[in-house]
Amino acid sequence: MFRRETLEEIENRLKEWEKLVQEETKIIPEREKEFRTLSGIPVKRVYTPLDIKDKDYMRDLGLPGEYPFTRGIHTTMYRARFWTMRQFSGYGGPEETNRRLKYLLKHGETGLSLAFDFPTIMGLDSDHPLAHGEVGVCGVAVDTLKDMEIIFDGIPMDKVTTNMTINHPATVLLAMYIAAAEKQGVPPTKIGGTTQNDPLKEFIAQKSYVFPPEPAVKLAIDIIEYCTKHVPKWNPISISGYHIREAGATAVQELAFTLADGITYVKQAIERGMDVDQFAPRLSFFFAAHIDFFEEIAKFRAARRMWAKIMKEWFGAKKPRSMWMRFHVQTSGVSLTAQQPENNIVRVAIEALAAVLGGCQSLHTNSMDEAWALPSEKAVKIALRTQQVIAYETGVANTVDPLAGSYYVEWLTDKIEEEAWKYIDRIESMGGMIEAIKKGFPQREIADSAYRFQKEVEEGKRIIVGVNAFVDEDEKLEIPLLRVDPEIEKRQIERLKRIKKERDNSKVQQRLAELRRAAERGENVMPYILNAVKVYATLGEIMDTLKEVYGEYKEPILF
Amino acid sequence: MAEGDIEFVERIAEGVLRGDVRSIARAISIVENEPRLAPLLISKIFPYTGRAHIVGVTGPPGSGKSSLIAKLAKIWRKDGKKIGIIAVDPTSPFTGGALLGDRIRMQELTGDKDVYIRSMASRGSLDGLSRATRDAIKILDAAGKDIIIVETVGAGQAEVGIVKVAHTVLVVLCPGLGDEIQFLKAGIMEIGDIFVVNKADIGDADRVVLEIENILEMASEFLPQKPAWAPLVIKTSVITNEGIEKLVRSIEEHYAYIRGTSEGEFVRDKIIEELVDIIGENVREYARHLITKDSMCNEILERVLKKDIDPYTAARKILAEMLKRREF
Amino acid sequence: MGEEKKEERKIRVLIAKPGLNGHDRGAKVVARGLRDAGMEVIYTGLRQTPEQIVETAIQEDVDVVGLSILSGAHMTLLPKVVQLLRERGADDVLVIAGGIIPTEDIPKLKEAGIAEVFLPGAPISKIVEFIKKNVRKRR
Repeated sequence: MFRRETLEEIENRLKEWEKLVQEETKIIPEREKEFRTLSGIPVKRVYTPLDIKDKDYMRDLGLPGEYPFTRGIHTTMYRARFWTMRQFSGYGGPEETNRRLKYLLKHGETGLSLAFDFPTIMGLDSDHPLAHGEVGVCGVAVDTLKDMEIIFDGIPMDKVTTNMTINHPATVLLAMYIAAAEKQGVPPTKIGGTTQNDPLKEFIAQKSYVFPPEPAVKLAIDIIEYCTKHVPKWNPISISGYHIREAGATAVQELAFTLADGITYVKQAIERGMDVDQFAPRLSFFFAAHIDFFEEIAKFRAARRMWAKIMKEWFGAKKPRSMWMRFHVQTSGVSLTAQQPENNIVRVAIEALAAVLGGCQSLHTNSMDEAWALPSEKAVKIALRTQQVIAYETGVANTVDPLAGSYYVEWLTDKIEEEAWKYIDRIESMGGMIEAIKKGFPQREIADSAYRFQKEVEEGKRIIVGVNAFVDEDEKLEIPLLRVDPEIEKRQIERLKRIKKERDNSKVQQRLAELRRAAERGENVMPYILNAVKVYATLGEIMDTLKEVYGEYKEPILF
Repeated sequence: MAEGDIEFVERIAEGVLRGDVRSIARAISIVENEPRLAPLLISKIFPYTGRAHIVGVTGPPGSGKSSLIAKLAKIWRKDGKKIGIIAVDPTSPFTGGALLGDRIRMQELTGDKDVYIRSMASRGSLDGLSRATRDAIKILDAAGKDIIIVETVGAGQAEVGIVKVAHTVLVVLCPGLGDEIQFLKAGIMEIGDIFVVNKADIGDADRVVLEIENILEMASEFLPQKPAWAPLVIKTSVITNEGIEKLVRSIEEHYAYIRGTSEGEFVRDKIIEELVDIIGENVREYARHLITKDSMCNEILERVLKKDIDPYTAARKILAEMLKRREF
Repeated sequence: MGEEKKEERKIRVLIAKPGLNGHDRGAKVVARGLRDAGMEVIYTGLRQTPEQIVETAIQEDVDVVGLSILSGAHMTLLPKVVQLLRERGADDVLVIAGGIIPTEDIPKLKEAGIAEVFLPGAPISKIVEFIKKNVRKRR
């Protein structure tokens, strides 16, 4: 991109300049001996064309909407349409959630988002002994199709799209969603939304796993295959780095492990005989936006370029859409502090700005009190307003990828990509992500990073405002009470009992037996699960049937 | 030793003999932490030891030892056997702390009153088994456990200590460890009565079986006479349960074989080893005490430092001094 | 000469995660931190019932039980652990908790026998210090 003479001139001048710097730093030394990004990448004093001298504009950057999509997947990006401002919410029983969704719809939201409680996430019914105290706490409880019917009662399911944050039991919840829509007279071709359905990151980070890796991935592919054929508007999977990052990974690890997960899913789908250009356009991603501003922007740009290369060069995708990395971003939960919570508003704003400058498709901004509770209404509103200020006031959305060409940002984009490839190569040489997970590789890498970070904070090498510096001595930490009505658990268990009594139990047994046989034969289980939920088989019953065939995952011994 | 101490130890010893879980747990803490009280405790329970079948399980990290032990324990529980498990993990040489995580893989056993699991840190023992571990085995034995499983981790030298205490030693390997061959060469091949190729559900377990058999065969060629018990190689999987039942029965067979042939010798050898260890430990402690605290011995040390005399001569002088004083 | 030997007593800690939540970053960071402070740390893995936690604490004869919880079920699960320990006669075990716990609940938890609650941002050095100061000489 630069003429040789220009580069030589800079190089010569830089040598002179270094001498000057040596003199000056003798008088005023720099703040640190070595500067590093949040993820530990060493950062130089200044970046120049020399740092990106090998770049080829068309090869490495291209124009927006063109391969390798470094600058964005669309030609006009936010000049056409802002990112989707999507706020994840909901808890309680199906009735409370139904009221909440209706309220949101009345206020113009069409993108709904369902969070499930821990028993549901683990595929347990509300009356399971381990569910006690957790029913409806961190999301809505769903045991049977009946609960899904209540959640969407009076909501036209062909008019809304729904995000469901569910992984190992995703087949069951999707089946319930399809069945509930059919009861409204809405065919599967008319429903839209997303199932997170990313089982691998559960082993790596989130740890809400049920099945061992192979069957877990098999189920995820079942959804991809089923949706490609029958639910064309559904995004079957959201390959998630967010949880990996939150568990303590660096930006490079987040990127590398997420892509490695994505590679696994694509490989398996192709192995099943699916055409890459048929399913790839519906794959989507989910990343975190942490507090190191430029590093995050570089990460998003590197992610797009890497995925495009992977899809085109590894998997022979032909359609540009198959090479698009569409991603949702959520600002970092772990960067929020319980101390001086108002400071979190500032953190969220900076992180959200990074997501926008990184070219995200949708964005969730955390609320300032989200570090420790379900957010208050006021806090949620400020979080949403933060996005609106960025969109409407700052002007950053007026041009596409405004930071392209910054010597630092381009260098950092390359650096992150280079480091991420190293991880991906290593995982590939282990035999892929599933094998790496079995060896505990990504888990150990993340635990190491998390511990290193904690030590740096405790040794004062990393400053967190309000926590280990600028502390308000007399501040008393006030974590507000999360009120969960114990009636919800009781009501949920009563309803479950009633349904189990009233439904046709011989039919339930028959359909579960059919499901078991299909699972044993290795068939796509989606149609069988759909049949089972329609006769009100419970989430727990279906999951237990699958556990009998697939077994259960046990955590490896890792710290 | 104070009156209260004696009473306390006696109470704990009685509890151990009753099989009381808290007493067993406390007793093990005593042998780990209170060298003053441990001899008294052991003297109270020693007559009741010698009834349990002690099974050592060793092998490199990641070979699935803990999950395998959980499986074995489950089968033995069905046979009505009472089980004790001691899982030894290394102590960090830098901090003296330890992370003990083997229980994670044995969660399914928690809640069974007749299974007792104890995690122990190696605390700097050279052969992977500290004196405390050996005493813990005695405690579980006296508490009426029928089978005591001792899990040690490591490669090379660290696990040979297991041979000194276990009737039956399992060496657990698995496919895909990468450097299993090196591991096999590291001297562990001599200690196994049964070689387990675990995780037969993944990777090329048959190849590992073949490798082990080859090495065993080569080793046996150098032996003056064929041993009566030829080491077995068994493939297992805790996912599919392949080989688990067979392994259990083989372990029992080996025990029957030991009892039928050489148990007297085994017990004798074990006690000789233990006596030598205890005496050695006492002598070492006393030697260290004299060299660092006693003025005369200290002088000898200084002379070595000045290269006046050599270490062998110095050691002879100090040993003579130790024998003269007869203080240990 | 037995007196020569130092009575070296290592602090044994059980780190447990009751409840369904799988976020184990905190539990594992604390486990490592306590190890680096010279303690012997037993980790039980995820999703343990209070009964399992107490059974493990008894078998392992630990001095401290550290409970990490973020799922909001702390008022159901934490007092249960203390109660079960008492029932088994192990009321000399120091029980501490960490995680996302509303301030309002802390006095209630302390009343129920939880010795200390560590909120987000608490440095490990504080936890180490608390354990060393409060661990009971047990017999």
